Amino acid sequence: MAREQALQPKDSLPDVERTFWGRLVYARRFLLRDWSGIIGLLLFLVVATAAIFSPQLSPFDPLSQNLRNSKLPPAWIDGGSWDHPFGTDSLGRDLFSRIIYGARVSLTISFFGVLLAGGIGIIMGTLAGYFGGRVDDVTMGAVNLILSLPYLLFVVFIATILGRSLLNVILIFGITDAPIFARVARGEVLRIRELGYVESAICAGARWGRIIFDHIMPNLIGPLITLATFEMSAMIFYEAGLGFLGLSVPPTVPSWGNMLSEGQLYMVNAPWIATFPGLAIMFTSLGMNLLGDWLRDVLDPRLRRARR
Amino acid sequence: MQRHLLSKLIQSVLLLFGVLLLVFFGVRMTGDPATLMMPREATTAEVESFREAMGFNRPVPIQFWDFLTKAIHGDFGKSLHYKIPAMELVLGRLPATLQLAGVALLYALLVAIPLGIIGGFHPGSLADSFGRLVAILGQSVPNFWLAMMMIVLFAVRLHWFPSFGRFEWKSVIMPAFVLGLPTMSRIVRLTRSSVLEIRSEDFIRTAYSKGLDPRVIYVKHVLRNVLIPLVSVIGVSFGYLLGGSIYIEAVFAWPGAGQLIEQAIGWRDFPLIQAIAVFVSVVVIALNLLTDIAYVIIDPRIRYGERTSTST
Repeated sequence: MAREQALQPKDSLPDVERTFWGRLVYARRFLLRDWSGIIGLLLFLVVATAAIFSPQLSPFDPLSQNLRNSKLPPAWIDGGSWDHPFGTDSLGRDLFSRIIYGARVSLTISFFGVLLAGGIGIIMGTLAGYFGGRVDDVTMGAVNLILSLPYLLFVVFIATILGRSLLNVILIFGITDAPIFARVARGEVLRIRELGYVESAICAGARWGRIIFDHIMPNLIGPLITLATFEMSAMIFYEAGLGFLGLSVPPTVPSWGNMLSEGQLYMVNAPWIATFPGLAIMFTSLGMNLLGDWLRDVLDPRLRRARR
Repeated sequence: MQRHLLSKLIQSVLLLFGVLLLVFFGVRMTGDPATLMMPREATTAEVESFREAMGFNRPVPIQFWDFLTKAIHGDFGKSLHYKIPAMELVLGRLPATLQLAGVALLYALLVAIPLGIIGGFHPGSLADSFGRLVAILGQSVPNFWLAMMMIVLFAVRLHWFPSFGRFEWKSVIMPAFVLGLPTMSRIVRLTRSSVLEIRSEDFIRTAYSKGLDPRVIYVKHVLRNVLIPLVSVIGVSFGYLLGGSIYIEAVFAWPGAGQLIEQAIGWRDFPLIQAIAVFVSVVVIALNLLTDIAYVIIDPRIRYGERTSTST
């Protein structure tokens, strides 16, 4: 690496930007200039803190019921009290505590879901895009097969047959989301493969492993990191959607999706039961989307130069 | 070109076969479809007679052959709940879903592409900030939650729109708006980032330096390249809209295929689920085929199946 750097002309890029981590360190400077990045990071940190320290932060046990306090409104509405800042649900459970625990459920599902989907998708997409021909046909055939399956049907099969569990939800998302990563990776590889510098690397006798890892992968990191943050926020949605249909994690788990589906029953009389989980989902996604935007700008130096 | 399209066609037929295979074995994953489909409180004798009636006691290859030959004719058996052929039900619900998804996609494209292009050409401008805000909000708000909130506000409190059903032209506005929201923001982002990326390519600088009219560069060099990612995302988006319609149709009691599948989940009506699954798959496969054809037409650089490419 050091030798290669020495061979490069000094004025091509600042030295710090040559590696992935170098770019991230360099990025701090831009974070301080970009308000949307700061907001995204803050929102994400709040949610991550809630997820990690849920037992310490929540005033009540998210599962303990108290029917005498059922459907209490939030503190700032008549009849509410600061004992239950967000009010309580139909079984008298503290909504604030449930929202905090919900962050833990949502982040676990989306993180491992994206890890699985990205792992499968990037490998499939890169190989398909690079080798083309039969490899491409077979891989993209599999990708098309998964994409042509109506998403919910897949979910219904696994959820009704294997039962509602955290692991099943992660598996479902990991598999159904992989084609998106594969498609994006393949599209990028198809484009990059045709570029002059890749052809010259082939002419210079580089093996396929070296071309993929050294010449194509670095150009994929930007788009894929961006995609990963967006897919993470999308999975938080998907969980909510599944919970809404009664197919997510078991009903006893305080997930935002399960809370939404309970809240829908009391939409007109006690709208806060559905409002707060929805807002929680919104702010989490917003944070991740802003963070993703910022990461993309930072990780793709070409784009940043274009912005200046 | 013709050979390429023919191979895509064969691929699509194979895909369809794969879908049928998956749908068939999905129901048999636990080993006993009869207990899966019957209510939990059914007696052993009831399960046994149901198994007899559905033919689940025959050898699996024979069952599959039977399923396949019937499926080609659009026969997926009778819905367990409605007791009428499942395909008939699906086709009856189709116009409502296509209307909803079509309106959603159309408005998403009409709003998103101009916003994305303006944002890409003038990053940091007021229009760009607006476009990014719309995109980021559209992607951050869970759309069926927004649907619930909109019903409380616009239907229950203000009486501007009907809260459910498909009775008048105003009925489609709220469902189509929330259904198309995530798609719209995805397309805004994609268009904007594609324009930004292509603008910084070397061939654009070359075009400027040889003194071409900027308008020619915008249309011929930039927009033509932006079409490539757009076409692929539109193909995928329609599948997403059909999937997303399950939630939205459930919230608005929109009488389409999405609501039907939501109900079929509750009833464990597997013949009906199979029929919808295969039907929607056929639609998505057809769209993928069209996407592939469009790819070849708009991007001559991508030569499929030819390893010895002569790129310019």
